[in-house]
Amino acid sequence: MTTDVRPKVLVTKIGFDGHDRGSRVVAAYLRDAGMEVIYTPPWQEIAAVVKLATEEDVDVIGISSLATDHLIVPKLMDALRTAGLGELAVIVGGIVPDADEAILLASGVAKVFHPGASLEEIATFVRVVTPKVRVARETA
Amino acid sequence: MNKPVETPRLAPLAAPLDRGAESRWEAEYAEGIGADRPVVNRSGIPVKPLYTPRDCDSARYDETLGFPGQPPYTRGIYPTMHRGRTWTQRQLVGLGTPADYNARLRDLVDHGTTAVSLIPCNSVFRGYDMDEVHEELLGTCGTVVNSAAHMGEALAGVDLARTSCAMNDPSPFTLLAFLLATARERGVPWSAITGTSNQSDYLSHYVANHMFFRIALGGARRILIDHIEFCNRSVPKWNPMSVVGQHMQQAGATPAEAMAFTLATAIQTADDCVARGMAPDAFLPRFTFFFDISVSFFEEIAKFRAGRRIWARIARERCGATDPRGWRFKFHAQTSGVDLTRQQPLNNVARVAVQAMAGIFGGLQSLHTDAYDEALSTPTDAGARVAIATQNILREEAHLTDVIDPLGGSYYVEALTDRMEAEVLRVLKIVADAGGMYAAVESGLVQRMIGESARRYQAQVESGEQTVVGVNRYEVAEDAVERQALARPDPARMRAHIESFRAWKDGRSQAAVKRALDALAAAAHDPKANVFAAVVAAAEAGCTHGEICGRLRRELGFGHVQAIV
Repeated sequence: MTTDVRPKVLVTKIGFDGHDRGSRVVAAYLRDAGMEVIYTPPWQEIAAVVKLATEEDVDVIGISSLATDHLIVPKLMDALRTAGLGELAVIVGGIVPDADEAILLASGVAKVFHPGASLEEIATFVRVVTPKVRVARETA
Repeated sequence: MNKPVETPRLAPLAAPLDRGAESRWEAEYAEGIGADRPVVNRSGIPVKPLYTPRDCDSARYDETLGFPGQPPYTRGIYPTMHRGRTWTQRQLVGLGTPADYNARLRDLVDHGTTAVSLIPCNSVFRGYDMDEVHEELLGTCGTVVNSAAHMGEALAGVDLARTSCAMNDPSPFTLLAFLLATARERGVPWSAITGTSNQSDYLSHYVANHMFFRIALGGARRILIDHIEFCNRSVPKWNPMSVVGQHMQQAGATPAEAMAFTLATAIQTADDCVARGMAPDAFLPRFTFFFDISVSFFEEIAKFRAGRRIWARIARERCGATDPRGWRFKFHAQTSGVDLTRQQPLNNVARVAVQAMAGIFGGLQSLHTDAYDEALSTPTDAGARVAIATQNILREEAHLTDVIDPLGGSYYVEALTDRMEAEVLRVLKIVADAGGMYAAVESGLVQRMIGESARRYQAQVESGEQTVVGVNRYEVAEDAVERQALARPDPARMRAHIESFRAWKDGRSQAAVKRALDALAAAAHDPKANVFAAVVAAAEAGCTHGEICGRLRRELGFGHVQAIV
């Protein structure tokens, strides 16, 4: 386990859906695992997520999507790149059909977590990806 | 005269009964089980290995159980229950444009459906018109209905005087306003309109799934009471209040907490109606409830039986209703999507069947069974067909409806019903001590309790204490089921829907629209006015959903979800 970096994670939801059990449970787990977590209620605008990620200088953005809101994640990826945040890792958790997972990964999403993924799996991924994000950012 | 038929029976025991049987069983059980792991259900109630008559108070049968259709309704709210009329199979339908929806609906109507449901697009829930939002998301989870004209299109060919319409229509209830406008245009009197404003309960939306438009809590509260008052007066066969426990249980509340919060919400709404000067006998008979059914089989049955019993007392003693129709705990229930897994999705067919059985034995009036592929995507046609077939099998092949409250009298079910009742009452008191449901939600108390329960359950799953087949036990390498991609709305048709909407808006009487929106704003600031009446008038004047919600947001304040982790 990488212990010398403390990941900074933004946990949020974009689009219309408001079901936030998953995002709340994940945010609480990452926080309790010692990470710095910025949590927002659902319905964030893409521009607001980009602004928050810039201001807070996060390593990872976690997007929870249960009702097709993942379809606008490629737009978020474009907006992040435009804002110079192309290096940070975006992970998506929730109900994402297989065909859409391929689209998300192609748009630059680092990982999609499906129902049944364990909290520790998610935390481990964040811990592993954070040093890589920081290195990429340094060299960008 | 027919000769009486002799019933074969075992001969009486030769030796006398062993009076030490119970203590001997206890000793044998303790020896056989070794280190007994305590069993606790989702609501935190310890479950014993065996229940006997000593766990039930049969002397109080009339008081605690009674007969179906009679207080306290523990055994069911109607004398005939499922033996007479089973339940409404109300599957939710909503996808694409109004024309797409109508095509699917006409198919159902042609096959004899007399009750329709309408799920609007998530953009509608959030208070926007289709031309204000990300086009990719339109119609993926519900039908895009933004105006009275769209409602007319969605319900083309449907006899509004003979068809019960259930619409997921949170505050400010524009879908009902569009329906009433459509009825007026077709010459159907509002007194003939039947149906339910599903999920009109703003508190559950505020607490749990947040599928409401961004209006502040106080404004939502006022509009709900206006809505109930308007419907009771002008659309008397409409059920304007659907008190929702489903969202809260899906968000993580235990079954007992979900029941308690729901009852607390009903109390809050009833109190608000009384404060408005309405009579309990006028509004309570039109209250309905909506619950989640988890796979925790006996716990769910006990939850519903206990809920019925508590509500009968609340409605009579606290609300002061004298009309028995107001004491009856009418509820719709939906099998829990949270219990379904993406892994080995066909296993969900078994889970949904168990959940549905718990709801049926719990005495529901209306049932939605989830499709097995819900954890993969919005349900496919194939998934929806299996969900309906499950209900038909349970009813007509398994004969679950032959006997009323068939588990009544089970030592376990009766004892558990009593324990669930006690737990529900305990949580109800927490809410009452916090100043009632509105105050408990405003302060975030309810949200925190639900969040804690959600995390506790997730920790049990992660530790393996709670088995989830295919997730933390009995995993298989790869699922044999092909994960079908869901048909999405045709982008070209959605684009045309947007274009025609824009053109229609340009062609309206802009003066009439402005007048109606100004009247809506005036009503919002006049405590004596009925805001919902102004919403209906705005719908009839051609105002759109987004315009009505936008104006109310401006006048009554934005609502924000509290960030509670």
